[in-house]
Amino acid sequence: MTTRPVQAEKNLQRIDQASKDGIGQSPLRPDGTLKVKGEFAYSSDLWHEDMLWGTALRSPHPRANIRSVDVSAALAVPGVHAVLTHEDIPGAKFYGLEIADQPALAVDKVRYQGEPVALVAADHPETARRAAKRIVVDYEVLTPITTEQQCLDPETHGYVHEPHEYKARAHGNLCHEQRLVAGRGVTDEVRALADVVVAGEYEVGMQDQAFLGPESGLAVPAEDGGVDLYIATQWLHADRQQMAPVLALPEERIRLTLAGVGGAFGGREDLSMQIHACLLALHTRRPVKIVYSRDESFFGHVHRHPARMRYEHGATRDGKLVFADCRIVLDGGAYASTSAAVAGNAASLGHGPYVIPNVRMHALALYSNNPPCGAMRGFGAVQAAFGYESQMDRLAAALGMDPVELRQLNAVAQGDLMPTGQPIDAPAPVAELLQRAKDRPLPPPLDPSDQRALPGALSNTSHGEGIVRGVGYSVGIKNVGFSEGFDDYSTARVRLEVIGGEPVALVHTAAAEVGQGGITVHAQIARTELGVERVTIHPATTGIGSAGSTSASRQTYMTGGAVKLAAEAVREVLLDRGRRRYGWTHRDLTLTGGQVVSASAGVLAPLAELLGDEPVEQTRVHRHRPTAALDPETGQGFGHVQYSFCANRAVVDVDVELGLVRVVELTAVQDVGRALNPLAVVGQIHGGCTQALGLAVMEEIVLTDGKVRNASFTDYLIPTILDTPPIPVELLELPDPHAPYGLRGVGEAPTVSATPSIVAAIRQATGKALTRIPVRPEHLTDTP
Amino acid sequence: MEFLRPATWDEALVAMAEHPGALPVSGGTDVMVELNFDLRRPSAILDLNRVGELTEWSTDGSSVRLGAAVPYARIIDELSVPLPGLALAARTVGSPQIRNRGSVGGNLGAASPAGDAHPALLAAGRGVRVEAHSVRGVRLIPIDEFYLGVKRHCLAPDELIRAVRIPVADGPQQFSKVGTRNAMVIAVCAFALALHPADRTVGTGLGSAAPTPRRADLAEAYLADALAWESGDPPADGVVRRFGELVAAAADPIDDVRGTAAYRRHALAVLARRTLAWCWNDYREQLGRTA
Ligand SMILES: Cc1cc2nc3c(=O)[nH]c(=O)nc-3n(C[C@H](O)[C@H](O)[C@H](O)COP(=O)(O)OP(=O)(O)OC[C@H]3O[C@@H](n4cnc5c(N)ncnc54)[C@H](O)[C@@H]3O)c2cc1C
Repeated sequence: MTTRPVQAEKNLQRIDQASKDGIGQSPLRPDGTLKVKGEFAYSSDLWHEDMLWGTALRSPHPRANIRSVDVSAALAVPGVHAVLTHEDIPGAKFYGLEIADQPALAVDKVRYQGEPVALVAADHPETARRAAKRIVVDYEVLTPITTEQQCLDPETHGYVHEPHEYKARAHGNLCHEQRLVAGRGVTDEVRALADVVVAGEYEVGMQDQAFLGPESGLAVPAEDGGVDLYIATQWLHADRQQMAPVLALPEERIRLTLAGVGGAFGGREDLSMQIHACLLALHTRRPVKIVYSRDESFFGHVHRHPARMRYEHGATRDGKLVFADCRIVLDGGAYASTSAAVAGNAASLGHGPYVIPNVRMHALALYSNNPPCGAMRGFGAVQAAFGYESQMDRLAAALGMDPVELRQLNAVAQGDLMPTGQPIDAPAPVAELLQRAKDRPLPPPLDPSDQRALPGALSNTSHGEGIVRGVGYSVGIKNVGFSEGFDDYSTARVRLEVIGGEPVALVHTAAAEVGQGGITVHAQIARTELGVERVTIHPATTGIGSAGSTSASRQTYMTGGAVKLAAEAVREVLLDRGRRRYGWTHRDLTLTGGQVVSASAGVLAPLAELLGDEPVEQTRVHRHRPTAALDPETGQGFGHVQYSFCANRAVVDVDVELGLVRVVELTAVQDVGRALNPLAVVGQIHGGCTQALGLAVMEEIVLTDGKVRNASFTDYLIPTILDTPPIPVELLELPDPHAPYGLRGVGEAPTVSATPSIVAAIRQATGKALTRIPVRPEHLTDTP
Repeated sequence: MEFLRPATWDEALVAMAEHPGALPVSGGTDVMVELNFDLRRPSAILDLNRVGELTEWSTDGSSVRLGAAVPYARIIDELSVPLPGLALAARTVGSPQIRNRGSVGGNLGAASPAGDAHPALLAAGRGVRVEAHSVRGVRLIPIDEFYLGVKRHCLAPDELIRAVRIPVADGPQQFSKVGTRNAMVIAVCAFALALHPADRTVGTGLGSAAPTPRRADLAEAYLADALAWESGDPPADGVVRRFGELVAAAADPIDDVRGTAAYRRHALAVLARRTLAWCWNDYREQLGRTA
């Protein structure tokens, strides 16, 4: 045995030191500076010699039969290399994330405005677009099915998917429904137990993810007859799984590499141009690039489900909840996408983070001729939170109670049961989160001499006239990871080798970095587990097993967990090597500061020496604990992996005469289990709150008879920096024993919870009921 | 598509005469959007950015001759005193990037009912003139005759805007714009008010409230008559209210994705009342100083 003679003191000092830029620290993201300086290469910047440009012709009608498609005029345009319709698809014509009900190109009918009907590849994007306009489609235009009432009466209004072509679990124009009954449900006897009952109907408009990098990618035909796709997506493997049957290729001949992603928020979970680019590339034997324009992007991805909700809550005189009766109707639009899981989430989380002995819940996802809806940050929990939190305020008013106290009185805590029967077996500090939000000092009163601080800001609509301040609170619950029995896993490969005399870790996963900072955290984990400074992140590819989606607040938990397992395995192999080589018998070995260190005996060997020219590489799969499906009728089941909670306090100034709102401050208090990168965590919470602010006061895709009226950033408004208030964040770090490092997914909880706090604050300022979001000036001024 | 880059104003006018259908581009903040969205396919584009005098302004003390391409950012910095209403309007345009490029000439060229310069130009007085040049000569178009319809103006196909002549403010001016976010927003509606103590008249301008920018004639006449110009006494509540009603009544708004007609009328009345209060306060202060 060769223990090096080194100064024990110095070594011990190094042992105690957290590894530089390891977990718990806030190294800056490697892509941050590039993005700010405009130097980051996004998928829209991809380029290949000889490449063609693809584009899609989309339906102008929300519902129509296609009598014929004549592509001859388009084909005749000089520079056009291919024009494809569904008839040119070599394999399956339908695909889908959960239910394969969506045609890659319209087959005989269109079910939403913007549905792709034909594809063009040309040597210039403008040529492709102009050629696409020459395709003649003969439509038999039908009256679209767009309202809840129309959807639920198919006898009168027809079917979005005819019964014989129906693929979802439910029936009629229903894509999915989930019921839930807890305790005694809601019966007349149960109602009679309540001293106070409040009921309300609530509506949530259709929010868009509004990512800034439009859908784009580059498909390159390969020698083996397969295709390589460089793509901005959230889940490489799910894309491939859906593409393979349509392209009639085995999965291994479809290779995906993640290209630079300009935001996602759920909007890249479904396929957009993936199949289209590959069809064109395989057909023309040329690389094909597709980049959506902004307006096409609005038609090219799913949106957040608009919701209509009815809630009834009963409580005792002293504020204890007795029952909740909820019906949540989500408009899933023309195709299933993730509607079933969204409805499942709405059902299992839709009563909020409260102990309610008796619950009846019915969540439905409809098929309609509106744009397809699917995943968006908060995933079914956002809509419901607006319902139940509005109800909490109503109930507090009816009881004459403080709204925060009412919430605290009924807040769930560790050990409580969810209405699904699932015990909450990790910290759930809901009451404390609210308390901390409430205890923070309030911002100073309005200073009307600063024009920027007023509602309307530099638009100069008020110099202080008509301004009323309001304060509102809310708390929300979100699940982390994939639920309801889904086999959710992630894969990571970690390699440790000597480069330039230094140990360097290489981390390879298929996790999509969409801006959330996953690559930063994965490197931090490798540093901590392997005691190295230098970590290289391999591009995300399908050359390794699936990482699952960058969604459901799950990637740090799931892929971070996989990186941890793989790094631990590398460490074990190395230590074994050391034991064999040097006869180490210590039980207290760690890898720290580039060395193998024994807590008692000090440094044993530098990693570089132990590694020599024999790198160590290990691949591991990380699964979270299993969940179970929810019973379709009772909603009972161990449905979720982990819960995450955020509480907010919103302070708003409202110009009550003009109906203009300025959010003054939006406090967020969240339990994150363990902040692996505190700066990134705060960034996620800031972003989540801002997106929630958008939903509260401005963001909506406006539809008339199934047609989108504002497919542009001119009229789909998202918050600017003048709309975004200071967002003080307080973090609690109560470790979840089931999660790697005790961490809790953070990305979505603030998006769930913050919207209702803002609306509550506006209500307090105006006295208006405000049952629909986004709140519009019309709602605040009683103008139709 | 041809791309023309005249080096001088005269060359620009000749190019316009020789290329009917050429689309002038100044800041490009409207033109480039339209080209990107394929809303226009002009046969030629005439880039005015090399014509230096378009970005200059001058004044003889009674009016400002504002070069068509002077960007909003400079109007804010350099012309807030002589043209306070227009400078306030300029502050509400788009974002810093847009204000660095966009111009009043471009706003007029686009003639959108939502253009923010228009209400301020209308309110600045009936003496505002759009100076239109062509190889055929110069026309001074009264601002009230400039707008013909939604995104339509009275320029001939070969005419270019050289400048806008705007009387120097002789009294307080205000501009307010309602949008559903606190910056970078197209007006749901906008209102400009100018008091003209010199001849005891009132100027108004309404934006996003009708197919064209327009003034509220009846409201102007009513208020000019009702104001206590001499004493500076605040207008009675009833006067303020009536003024708001007349402004709202002058609007002919539509329901669209940005707002409803009813809200627009409502908001215009509020803006009219508020801007009147602000202007009158300033006027009283001025009176006090001169008294
Ligand atoms: C993000 C964004 C935000 C915006 N926000 C606002 C806003 O808040 N308020 C607002 O009013 N506008 C807004 N606009 C529109 C635009 O910025 C303004 O209309 C601006 O005044 C246009 O000026 P420009 O110099 O860029 O015009 P250009 O785009 O160069 O031209 C506009 C039109 O005028 C014509 N034209 C230009 N110069 C002349 C000339 N000398 N003679 C004759 N015709 C000419 C052009 O042919 C074209 O038809 C916004 C635009 C963008 C892209």
